[in-house]
Amino acid sequence: MRLLTHNMLASNIKGVTSGYPLRIEAHQSAAKEADFNADFLRNVFPKIDWPALVSAAKTLGYGDLPEEAEPSMLESDEFLRRFHHALLEVHVEEGALVCPETGRRFPVNKGIPNMLLHEDEV
Amino acid sequence: MPRPELQAPPEIYYNESEARKYTTSSRIVDIQARISERALELLNLPNDGVPRLLLDIGCGSGLSGETLSENGHHWIGYDISQSMLNVAVEREVEGDLLLADMGQGLGLRPGVIDGAISISAVQWLCYAQTSSHEPRLRLKAFFGSLYRCLARGARAVLQLYAENMDQSEMIMTYAMRAGFAGGVVVDYPHSTRARKAYLVLTCGPPSTQTTLPKGKGEDGEMCSDDSDESADDENQTVGIYERNRPKKRLKVTKKGGRGKQWVLKKKEQMRKKGHTVPPDTKYTNRKRKARF
Repeated sequence: MRLLTHNMLASNIKGVTSGYPLRIEAHQSAAKEADFNADFLRNVFPKIDWPALVSAAKTLGYGDLPEEAEPSMLESDEFLRRFHHALLEVHVEEGALVCPETGRRFPVNKGIPNMLLHEDEV
Repeated sequence: MPRPELQAPPEIYYNESEARKYTTSSRIVDIQARISERALELLNLPNDGVPRLLLDIGCGSGLSGETLSENGHHWIGYDISQSMLNVAVEREVEGDLLLADMGQGLGLRPGVIDGAISISAVQWLCYAQTSSHEPRLRLKAFFGSLYRCLARGARAVLQLYAENMDQSEMIMTYAMRAGFAGGVVVDYPHSTRARKAYLVLTCGPPSTQTTLPKGKGEDGEMCSDDSDESADDENQTVGIYERNRPKKRLKVTKKGGRGKQWVLKKKEQMRKKGHTVPPDTKYTNRKRKARF
């Protein structure tokens, strides 16, 4: 799972109001190369929750992202490269996603988070 | 073949062997690719070459996602079957996969997704697979969460096989209640085989952009660009998508039996193939006497 997906994903449990961002517990992460496309990054930037991306990247050992980001920084090629790497190239392979409100763990196996809810959580 | 929806819940129906079909049968691969290309076309994304973030609901082994990747888009795939997702991992698909139940809602932040496609999945919501499942609530949860996560003006194209009119009406009703505008586009409505129904939904109030595209082959022309391909289909044996296909009936005369002409024709065919066939005589196709 890429951090792009993690950034969009929120806890879906019934009654949870602030199920975002999911905390990452990574036992294993990987970096896989992806095609660089500046247009996509510019397009997706307004939709990204920046603090969530920065903290998620830090958990996975990538600390090169600036704490604050604004649209003007999208002109800089270096920023785009770092953004690209954090968003699309860092993968969570094994571990868990933890709901910040209830502490419910969603296990991640082979890069696939198991987001299935129990009957009492729907 | 009975509908898979009536046989078992999806996470059980799509087991190892069923999932395997989606990599080994070139026919399934071909059909899936064709449907997802059409779905992507109906999504009507701006033609500016910018990759979008799309959803693939019921992505299975990632066949439909592959079409999205080929067009340069990023996607997030949902599926409830672990076996299907394992196949997707094996195939090294480029999108991200989630093991989730669409009837429980998608669990995404609001307004972040540029479009959604779903190939032959949504009709599963109409069936209660366990005692705790309530199809109406599940449809409501699905369409509600889909509406929330889509950006304004984004489209969702859901290809589905509804069992009957009631079902498609129910699906449509819940989509409308969630706030979607749109309707059903039917490709090749006059063909039993090539007929495919797509629910094309637009997020946000109706506008000029929400006019429905026309289905292919609507004006009575039968599968114009499809005819030679469907001829190929006839020779294949694995059939998943042709539901309720009428069985071929052989002509049987009133007396019983298929007539002398038919027997002579068959014998001639076998002769041409080089088999040894008894000669045609006046006894050909006659019944034996009862005492025999």
